[in-house]
Amino acid sequence: MIHLQNIEKVYRTDTVETQALSSINLNVAKGEFLSIMGPSGCGKSTLLNIMGLLDEPTRGSIRIADSTADKLSDKQLAHFRNRTIGFIFQSYHLINDLRVLDNVELPLLYRKSTAKERKQLALEALEKVGLSNRTKHFPTQLSGGQKQRVAIARAIVGQPEIILADEPTGNLDSAMGSDVMDILIRLNKDEGTTIVMVTHDENMARKTHRLVRLFDGSQVQ
Amino acid sequence: MLKNYFKIAIAVLKRRKFFTFISLFGISFSLTIIMVLTAFSDHLVDSSYPDAHRSRNLYISMMRLTGEKHGFSQNGPPSFYFLDHYVKKMKTPEKVAITSFHQPTNTYINNKKLTIDQKFTDDTFWEVLDFEFLEGKPYTRQQIDNAERVAVISENVRRKYFGDEPSVTGRYIETDNIRYRVSGVVKSVPITQFATYGDMYLPHTLGKRDPQDKGLNGDYFAILQGKDASSLPAMAAEYDDIIRRLPIDTSRYDKISSRADKYVASYTRLFIGNQDDSGLNRLLLYVGLVLLFFLLLPTLNLVNINTSRIMERSSEIAVRKAFGASSGTLALQFIVENLILTVIGGLIGVVLSFIVLAIWNNSGALEDVYLYLNYKVLIISLLVCLVFGLMSGVYPAWRMSRLHVVTALKTY
Repeated sequence: MIHLQNIEKVYRTDTVETQALSSINLNVAKGEFLSIMGPSGCGKSTLLNIMGLLDEPTRGSIRIADSTADKLSDKQLAHFRNRTIGFIFQSYHLINDLRVLDNVELPLLYRKSTAKERKQLALEALEKVGLSNRTKHFPTQLSGGQKQRVAIARAIVGQPEIILADEPTGNLDSAMGSDVMDILIRLNKDEGTTIVMVTHDENMARKTHRLVRLFDGSQVQ
Repeated sequence: MLKNYFKIAIAVLKRRKFFTFISLFGISFSLTIIMVLTAFSDHLVDSSYPDAHRSRNLYISMMRLTGEKHGFSQNGPPSFYFLDHYVKKMKTPEKVAITSFHQPTNTYINNKKLTIDQKFTDDTFWEVLDFEFLEGKPYTRQQIDNAERVAVISENVRRKYFGDEPSVTGRYIETDNIRYRVSGVVKSVPITQFATYGDMYLPHTLGKRDPQDKGLNGDYFAILQGKDASSLPAMAAEYDDIIRRLPIDTSRYDKISSRADKYVASYTRLFIGNQDDSGLNRLLLYVGLVLLFFLLLPTLNLVNINTSRIMERSSEIAVRKAFGASSGTLALQFIVENLILTVIGGLIGVVLSFIVLAIWNNSGALEDVYLYLNYKVLIISLLVCLVFGLMSGVYPAWRMSRLHVVTALKTY
């Protein structure tokens, strides 16, 4: 599903050059639940951003869902992300000015769909994460766990083949983190969604199919 | 999609109330000034009572005599003699009206001074212009030729001089110690209508001028009325021809210049132009600069506020990009949000304009000058709103659409 070949990422400023990733070769199979671990600053999030086509590698090539991501225009990239990838962030990144239902509908705004279809799909996604009773709340009225469940609903509403989760339980206590993890496992198991998750938590990583470890930008396991 | 943009726009407006107030104040205040100015210029420029046919009229209000050899130059309105002797005989206009500029005189009512502006006219004046007679009728050619002391007065003068009397035709009115018999009363004309304004209209034969004087300069002007607007070029050409062939008193001057202008050009030539330049382009430049100034201030203000707001909304921008919004879609969203803000500001501006115009119309600051917010002004104002929205939204939207997703997510 995801094929990374010789991926390198170098950040350059006028005086400093930082190698964030070097020679990453990674294949993620369809329906796999992969976790990425490593110390802070080892390049986990950078790798995830590259997989999500939010960032470009300095060298190397990416194939996602049988498409070569190189040389896509801004518009084509946007369309590809919208159809294929769902994101879950550690800090949720919900839009506080919009109600829960509107937040979940967001990816569908960039597709051809009617308001009725959007609402229907958003309600179904919220049902899956157990938040159908919070549709009219604003994010600021929710707990951290509830916010992350809204973020998951937003990530799955467009039925993407891939979900990229950047420390989805990082800001949650263990009970809430387990709830969120259970939802992700269920999604992977029941719907066959490919999931790549960055985490610091060994226990969470153990629940996934495979673990990849990074150290100083290189793959060590 | 638009509903979502609208929700966001309203939420953003509510979130930063002070900035919203500053933005809306800037837009609505500027718009109010523009709309009031437009209403005023509309009042000055458009055909209005009693000069209802400006599109087929030309105006001759200035004549310049220059004698370069003698260092002589005289610039002023033409004389009655010139207009009567040359212009009246033109073939292309259907009618030629001659009238003086208004001249103030004084009278006293109950020991209170009343200034009455007199205007001396010929009989065609009443045919070319659509005066509304509230009572009586205009003086006739016969009365003019006989230099009868008859007058047509304005409604305002009737009220101030005669009080609430229902009819004053045939009554006498005295000003500068001369008595005139009232021949008719017309609806008042505001002072801003220089071609037609007067408190008291009198036969030109009562004017203080020497009948033997054949000088070209004086204090009269003419209104040439054509059959329709297409007659104007021929009328202007015939007048130019008259000026070219006018006998020149070479002992004093060697050049005569005068033009038959459309209404606005005659206005600008009178106040800011000269014989070679009607001043219209200069006026348009000044008006353009003023408009630009009033447009630019709130626009720059909005650009500034909007650009700083981008950083506040970097998380939202990043999320939208991550979930499939292209840079173009985001830029469009921001422009739409900005248009919503400016339309709200515009609507407040329209309401404020109504209030300001109502205050003006009730203040009597300029007698009989009533300003109205007509559809033309409204459309101009809404266009101005769109210009505000686009001008102040495009640059911040461009900046926003270029924001890198990863950087934006990290700054949250």
